[in-house]
Amino acid sequence: MSRPEQLAPAEVFYNETESRKYTNNTRIQHIQAKMTLRALELLNLPKDTANFILDIGCGSGLSGEILTEEGDMWIGMDISPDMLATALDREVEGDLLLADIGNGIPFRAGTFDAVISISAIQWLCNADTSNADPKRRLLRFFNTLYASLKRGGKVAAQFYPMNDNQLDQIQSAAKVAGFQGGVVIDDPESKKNKKYYLVLSAGTPDVQINLEGVVMDAPTKERKLNKKQMKLMETRKDYIQRKKEVMKRRGKSVANDSKFTARKRRPRF
Amino acid sequence: MKFLTTNFVRCAIKSCDGAVNSFPLKYSEIELVQEEQDFQPEFILGILPRLDWPAILKVAADLGNTSLPSQLPEIDINDPSNEILLKDLHTLLIETQLVQGKMICENCNHVYHIKDSIPNFLLPPHLAN
Ligand SMILES: C[S@@+](CC[C@H](N)C(=O)[O-])C[C@H]1O[C@@H](n2cnc3c(N)ncnc32)[C@H](O)[C@@H]1O
Ligand SMILES: [Zn+2]
Repeated sequence: MSRPEQLAPAEVFYNETESRKYTNNTRIQHIQAKMTLRALELLNLPKDTANFILDIGCGSGLSGEILTEEGDMWIGMDISPDMLATALDREVEGDLLLADIGNGIPFRAGTFDAVISISAIQWLCNADTSNADPKRRLLRFFNTLYASLKRGGKVAAQFYPMNDNQLDQIQSAAKVAGFQGGVVIDDPESKKNKKYYLVLSAGTPDVQINLEGVVMDAPTKERKLNKKQMKLMETRKDYIQRKKEVMKRRGKSVANDSKFTARKRRPRF
Repeated sequence: MKFLTTNFVRCAIKSCDGAVNSFPLKYSEIELVQEEQDFQPEFILGILPRLDWPAILKVAADLGNTSLPSQLPEIDINDPSNEILLKDLHTLLIETQLVQGKMICENCNHVYHIKDSIPNFLLPPHLAN
């Protein structure tokens, strides 16, 4: 089966018929929902507030609806008028912008708490028209995306790279724009379920101040860290182990710890 | 599109990136609707520090509303009377929707159109970045 990206430009491929077919397919609904939840897990946003989130390549709002359920406010961008029309028909809560992300993210600096994107950014690697330059479009995209995020804002983008070259192209453009992060691969052994998530942060969060070399007058007694600070300091392994504890307490079965627990599946860039 | 969004969208053309007058866009011939939405005080509280109040005033004036306070009032979350203020902001930012009209960049004069509540930021090939 060929990939949609190879058949036609997105705004042509996702025409009225295809948009409706895509959106009403229960298997697709299920997969997109699962990936959205996983992206949210990777973002690890504060639960006690309503976040302001950009959904890139929002399509008909399958991912956005989950953001609404989470109590977050979102804005979606998509290049396909028919996908957006389907989103309107389904009365999604988020605002919708008709836009080509390869031309940049038209928001002022520091707008969003976080960015999510499900199954969309691989389209940027395509040269659909004769004057399209994927490299330039990727850079424009990541540069303006970086600016649109508040400091320390995070991105989780599931995507389908066609090959290692695209994987590299996307990661290096993100890096050039100033992002930190890398790619997380879920189910790397499964040809069918293997999923790529680009996970980025735009600088360090304000809360993570650097206390190195600071001398304080107060007696050096062990400061008790609050929950939030503990979370900030934990490594990925600590995080996974904490989540596993929580799951166990809730009576869910979790994988036994092994030497592979929380090992990165791909080097960071 | 919600009034809130006007406080964040700017001209999409690269040569307008650093230009101060590429934000906010100028709104003209706008058709508005009021649409009831869930009241989420925690969202309003969270977004307040990020609002550009002068831009709110300018866009509100474009839409014919010149009765907003010239400065964003202080909000103390422990004071119950602030509930009213948050509700007012909710009505303005979330429930006021722009359904048709034009948005114009005051730096490059490019006109963007809003149709069926969706602003169109697609650029013609000669302006594509
Ligand atoms: C597989 S759909 C995913 C839609 C939605 N995120 C979901 O999970 O259901 C991919 C979407 O990316 C959009 N897309 C592709 N290229 C784009 C571009 N250059 N700018 C904006 N959106 C784009 C397509 O129009 C399509 O709606
Ligand atoms: Zn402009």
